[in-house]
Amino acid sequence: MKIILNGEPRDVTASRLSDLMEELGFAGAKVATAVNEDFVPAGARAQTKLAEGDRLEVLAPMQGG
Amino acid sequence: MVMRGFYGHTLANPLMLGTAGYPSPAILAEAFRASNAAVATVSLRRESAGGAGQDFWAMIRDLGIPVLPNTAGCHTVKEAVTTAHMAREVFDTPWVKLEVIGHTDSLQPDVFGLVEAARVLTEEGFQVFPYTTDDLIVAEKLLTAGCEVLMPWGAPIGSGLGLNNPYGLRAMRAEFPDVPLVVDAGIGLPSHAAQAMELGFDAVLLNTAVAQAGDPAKMAKAMAEAALAGQAAFVADPMEPRDMAEPSTPVIGKGFLE
Repeated sequence: MKIILNGEPRDVTASRLSDLMEELGFAGAKVATAVNEDFVPAGARAQTKLAEGDRLEVLAPMQGG
Repeated sequence: MVMRGFYGHTLANPLMLGTAGYPSPAILAEAFRASNAAVATVSLRRESAGGAGQDFWAMIRDLGIPVLPNTAGCHTVKEAVTTAHMAREVFDTPWVKLEVIGHTDSLQPDVFGLVEAARVLTEEGFQVFPYTTDDLIVAEKLLTAGCEVLMPWGAPIGSGLGLNNPYGLRAMRAEFPDVPLVVDAGIGLPSHAAQAMELGFDAVLLNTAVAQAGDPAKMAKAMAEAALAGQAAFVADPMEPRDMAEPSTPVIGKGFLE
């Protein structure tokens, strides 16, 4: 299915967020996730399913002032 | 000297330093080492396929100082609150430098949204460092919302203009003698940092002035020394300025030589 990952269209196979993070290469990474603009804590990724067109944000530590 | 804690944490020195815009990660680390900055501000941004954020985090962790995640770029309460939630999970800290931006050109905070977001986050256990203006009524409302620190701007973010309204900052210090105060944004030169500390502020937070200097490590050190000098000057209780001259050399005893 097609989702929007960090603003870009992306074809993915997994629908469960925890599986999807693995598929996208983010397993074990220091990142936080939001689906359709709502925060999904790491502990809730296994219970969170994505559907066609959902927007996933994967945010990481970055430079800041 | 009064040491005001930041949510129970005493800063090792009065400099909080940003991590953005340095020529290289090595120069960033050098600036932190040279200045002994007590806190590093950080943000959350989209992770790249190459995992740039992971490398950045490893470097920041090695600095061994507390991190203060920001909500930079957020324009709404919801966006700021969601960003704070995500930052708390990633950085494992209740601290958040709360920014709710109201104006794109000046990056002036939307103080109405700021107070609302501060209330929501405080109720959820966050320890909020609000990026605000020098407005005393807004400050009062932030404290009522649960903030125990106030961070008024000196001038717009990244402008390097210094303290645009020293009167307003002095009034803030006088009005809230027990609240830790930080000048956040606008500091361009060590003299600005010293001036903020001479007013009795507890710390200065700056980024661009160091990151964009020709020699960031040298500038970071200069900022730290200036902040400490200003702090010492405040403690030393400076003289009152006066309009008329008063000779410092004794008048009595001058020889008659005309």
